[in-house]
Amino acid sequence: MDCVATGGNVKVLAKAIHSLSRIGEELYLESVDDGLALRSVNSSRSAFACFLLSPLFFQRYQAPADHSFRCKMPIKSVQAVFKSLASLDRSVEKCRIQLKSEKSRLTITLHCKHGLLKTHNLSFQDCESLQAVFDKESCANVLQAQPRLMVDTVLHFPPSLEEVNLSVSSDRVWLRNHVEDGADSLRAMMTELCLSSEEFDHFSVGSQTSVTFCLKELRGLLVFADSSGLPVSMYFDEPGSPVILSVADSVLEANFVLATLSEDSHPKNHVNPDTKHPDTEQPPDDFMSDDMDSFLIAMESSELPGPSHVPTSPPRPTNNRKHSYIEEEEDEQALADGPPNKKFCSLFFGSVLPTPSQLPNQTMPSQEVLASDSEDENQTETS
Amino acid sequence: MPLSTQSQADIDQYILIASLDNARNLSNILKAISLRDHAIFNATQNGLKVTVEDSKCLQANAFIQADIFQEYIIKEDAVGFQVNLTVLLDCLTIFGGSTVPGVCTALRMCYNGYGYPLTLFLEEGGVVTVCKINTQEPEEPIDFDFCSTNVTNKVILQSDSLKEAFSELDMTSEVLQITMSPSHPYFRLSTFGNSGNAHYDYPKDSDMMELFQCTKIQTNRYKMSLLKPSTKALALSCKVSVRTDSRGFLSLQYLVRNDDGQICFVEYYCCPDEEVEEE
Repeated sequence: MDCVATGGNVKVLAKAIHSLSRIGEELYLESVDDGLALRSVNSSRSAFACFLLSPLFFQRYQAPADHSFRCKMPIKSVQAVFKSLASLDRSVEKCRIQLKSEKSRLTITLHCKHGLLKTHNLSFQDCESLQAVFDKESCANVLQAQPRLMVDTVLHFPPSLEEVNLSVSSDRVWLRNHVEDGADSLRAMMTELCLSSEEFDHFSVGSQTSVTFCLKELRGLLVFADSSGLPVSMYFDEPGSPVILSVADSVLEANFVLATLSEDSHPKNHVNPDTKHPDTEQPPDDFMSDDMDSFLIAMESSELPGPSHVPTSPPRPTNNRKHSYIEEEEDEQALADGPPNKKFCSLFFGSVLPTPSQLPNQTMPSQEVLASDSEDENQTETS
Repeated sequence: MPLSTQSQADIDQYILIASLDNARNLSNILKAISLRDHAIFNATQNGLKVTVEDSKCLQANAFIQADIFQEYIIKEDAVGFQVNLTVLLDCLTIFGGSTVPGVCTALRMCYNGYGYPLTLFLEEGGVVTVCKINTQEPEEPIDFDFCSTNVTNKVILQSDSLKEAFSELDMTSEVLQITMSPSHPYFRLSTFGNSGNAHYDYPKDSDMMELFQCTKIQTNRYKMSLLKPSTKALALSCKVSVRTDSRGFLSLQYLVRNDDGQICFVEYYCCPDEEVEEE
């Protein structure tokens, strides 16, 4: 086998390897009919990535004689060949990958400026072909976006975040951090981003879905896509089926296949958008809506802990969303435990109480209703 | 200037006085050889030579000529002493690293002679610090017996290209192998690490190669742990000469320009690790 990559493609190759290093510890190299495949898988086999470089990616591509060459090696060894990534395109003119099977070495030679030649002879191991089973065409949901959109979205989540939840409806996409049930769930910070379908280059949602997968592994692809400027496509189905992220151009195709949680059973984590959400209006961003009165009326109707108290008709459309939160919580109280309910309401209480100076026109008497709540210690005004 | 308020009597007692307007011109070059704690100072009419040795296999020398100093007075043919280099560097940089242009630490280094401490007067922005560092009996530096007449192969390279190679060296390799030859591969650095081996080849007609004088093919291995510290000297330098003699001893000479553009030299000598069959 003898392949030569030149110019900017050397850096692309280095970035592909760097991306793969975010998935697993070993690099699997295989010569396939369509070109050269570089693959990696994580230790729990829940994430797989493959970069397929077509022969046209290379200035010269000579496949191994028997067409069945494959090997694996520690990915750190290969990364060491491409150190100083930033200056790679300035210093390296050509990169040659040769297989010297009689010595069990993969030779990577970098032809650099000023005649400097860097030769790395890496030892490898034989291995089985690594291939995840997936079928992009059969996925019900397909989204495609510019990499910048995805990078900017993911930026809002902390680097330490493990899992992220992606929910889609007919016209929107939500991205939230996924928090496991347990002691930490009450203290966890919840982040939620909502994107409209218009922000995507392609938006095809077969059925409303919510899937949860690992964010850390996704970042590996995003770094590559961002630097290459190629749009990122996402293919996914119901929870349990893997989500596939892919970037491609005429000479290269990358697929990242990530497993998803098989059941998203945390009702407090997402509002069921279709049934409760009034379709057309934009939900207000905060609880301090213009009309405090109607707001407070909605609060009145949600006295805890009685789910039997049916809320009176919502006076303003703007209140519907909050109303629906409450309704939903009341409905679910029969199913869920106390904590989710309490959490939602404590959020409301914190925001509903205005300082007298902020809203001089509001009727104070309505605060009497709230005063009955023993949690609230800030109550100062009484009429 | 506070440094000049010393009385004539004080000045008379010193057998060595060396002054610099910018102490960095001394501290930078000493950092390039700071492999170990102790340094041997040997001052002559020509200037200052500072030596640091490691496990009897490696020696680093820094040369600061007399004309680099703003004032250089020596009252004997040769003045020698040994000090803790780490302490000396801490004192020379006692005012911290000043990045304000034009502000630098002035230094007057004084030595009374055998048994006396090395006295440093340092001044920056009107503040004077006096440091006295204990001296020890100087050890005799090893004579590697490396003379120009015995040199088999010599190359002079621009430091930039070698800096890149040194920063990328596979540190899992115990040795650094240097091959010098009148034919291919001309000048090659090799490592043998956990993942495989790596070679960095510099052709004789590279524009980074300023001089190429190789008479016969030689391959020698040196302990990576001994040579890796030379990267500090390499980082400061603009040119480096690499020479090996018939025994395989390595001499690296670095041309260093200080803050004021004056030239100083740093040199490393290293013994080969073992006999190697020529490839």
